[in-house]
Amino acid sequence: MKSHYVRKLAAVLPALVLVCAGAVLLSQKVNAAGGGSITGTVKLSGTAPHMKGIDMSKDPVCSKAHDTNPAKMENVLVGSGDGLENVVLYISQGLTGNEAPSSQEPTFAQKGCMYTPHVLALNVDQKFKVTTEDQTTHNIHPLPDPTAGNIGWNKSQPPAAPPIETSWKNQEVAIPVKCNIHPWMHGWFVVVKGPYATTDDKGSYTIQNVPAGSYTVTAWQEDLGTQTAKVTVAAGSAAKADFTFKGK
Amino acid sequence: MPTKLLKWSWLAASAALLLAATAQAQITSYDERDRLNTDSHIGKYTGHATNAKEDYRRYCVGCHGELGDGNGEVAQWLDPKPRDFTLGIFKCRSTPTGTLPTDEDLFNTIARGLDRSNMPVWNTFTKQQRADLVAWVKHFSPRFQKEKPGTPIEIPAEPEVTPERVKAGQDVFARVQCWKCHGVEGMANGPSASTLTDDLSRPILPYNFTDGSRPKCGSTDQDIYRIFMTGLDGTPMPSFSDNIKPEEAWDLVFYLRTLQPHNTFNLKERQIAKQLGLKPVNPNAPAQ
Ligand code: HEC
Ligand code: HEC
Repeated sequence: MKSHYVRKLAAVLPALVLVCAGAVLLSQKVNAAGGGSITGTVKLSGTAPHMKGIDMSKDPVCSKAHDTNPAKMENVLVGSGDGLENVVLYISQGLTGNEAPSSQEPTFAQKGCMYTPHVLALNVDQKFKVTTEDQTTHNIHPLPDPTAGNIGWNKSQPPAAPPIETSWKNQEVAIPVKCNIHPWMHGWFVVVKGPYATTDDKGSYTIQNVPAGSYTVTAWQEDLGTQTAKVTVAAGSAAKADFTFKGK
Repeated sequence: MPTKLLKWSWLAASAALLLAATAQAQITSYDERDRLNTDSHIGKYTGHATNAKEDYRRYCVGCHGELGDGNGEVAQWLDPKPRDFTLGIFKCRSTPTGTLPTDEDLFNTIARGLDRSNMPVWNTFTKQQRADLVAWVKHFSPRFQKEKPGTPIEIPAEPEVTPERVKAGQDVFARVQCWKCHGVEGMANGPSASTLTDDLSRPILPYNFTDGSRPKCGSTDQDIYRIFMTGLDGTPMPSFSDNIKPEEAWDLVFYLRTLQPHNTFNLKERQIAKQLGLKPVNPNAPAQ
């Protein structure tokens, strides 16, 4: 009896949610074109952690690529004015959840046995390419959380291999990616909904095309965690949100 | 009275908790009931999850665990660890990397067992029992409720082994650099071999072609073809289907045979290798 009731409820509930969501959508017209933006800088306070050099001697092709410019780990990259690079900023609250994915198709390149960029932010369902410029074989092996809905895979890319074109089905902050052949190679896919930005080498960012409204912005850094800030964006103008992460 | 108040708020809180807990339990059991309807289709056999409950208890639970999460009683002493069925990630598939295996893949795996692991050979079950076990294995993972298995890769008819093909196969081995992990002689000692870990960060070794062990996912020529084209998900062994053409794949199978010790299945390949005076690939040759 009771379980029947639950079954019925389970059937009705999604419909109810849909109706409510529809109502919300109608009342809040999304107009990204006339939208504003969120801008700011992300800094590191205190001493920057030491980024170890990478020994690539196991693969001469890799070590040769860094003859004059020794490779270092890239977990925490601090640029001029203590700006933190590769921090992803996205809107974690306040969006409708129905934003169309970005139509840009970014590239995640294997270059000098490192990932460029080290962190790639993406929308759910946004297409991206994995390319290789190296004269050595890589295997590209993203490791999403299997219980979160994205499915991992593991593909080889020998020299001159064609790009792999793919996308992620679900939001996930963040998906680690590695090469088993070159164990120092690791990077991230940060998969979010709605507009996002990644900080440059000065720690600056601008999230474009944000419709007017009140939001929570989250800043994600692979080793230092996340921080949030509340902002209100007025139509056509830029709201500001700065973040400071503490060094260890 | 403050004590009375305390008592009451305790009661209220526990009541609320209880309510929440039963609601939760009902939702999971609803889900569970759905999953218990999982079936499998292998040729003329249809397997039903619930029919395998007893067999699983008797034969599998010690390793794979009550919940199918790989945490059975003896799991702590095993390496590699028993598969966690709740993740829906499997090594032996005829389907592309990142997709679910077919029912037939699981059906074959259960009978074959997995060499170099504690997963036994289960060839005493009837086909019906095995089909039921496939459905039971599937019922642990929500992936099988949401997704269809991948489309099996196509394997063209096996060509005749020729010296040209064996030689061409060696060129593929060199070009896509299997030796980075497996070593130039297939002895599991390539430059990257010692640093490999599986998806759960546990150390794992590449397959050693020379020690006479059987590949986990089958030993026939077709099995070997399938292994490197689809990869072994959950491990460093990647899929090569984007970069090895079907013709070349057969050449590679023939070359891999020359690395294996003398046996009935690789007489011809070994003979050809000897005639050609085939030397291991040169790891320092520039990429072609
Ligand atoms: C003695 C321990 C043990 C028992 C008993 C056992 N297994 Fe396993 N099983 C394992 C181990 C260990 C692995 C993982 C081996 C590996 O990764 O190489 C495994 C893996 C598997 C896989 C995954 C294959 C793949 O392609 O990834 C399936 C399916 C499976 N077992 C089914 C069963 C079934 C069904 C039973 C009972 C009839 C059973 N196992 C009993 C130890 C066991
Ligand atoms: C990144 C390292 C890596 C590369 C590159 C690689 N392998 Fe593997 N391979 C492995 C590992 C690790 C295993 C063992 C997986 C296991 O035991 O679960 C394996 C297993 C195998 C097996 C046995 C599978 C089984 O069922 O037991 C075969 C056959 C094989 N590899 C062939 C190849 C061929 C052919 C190539 C090149 C086209 C290649 N591998 C490239 C790491 C690699």
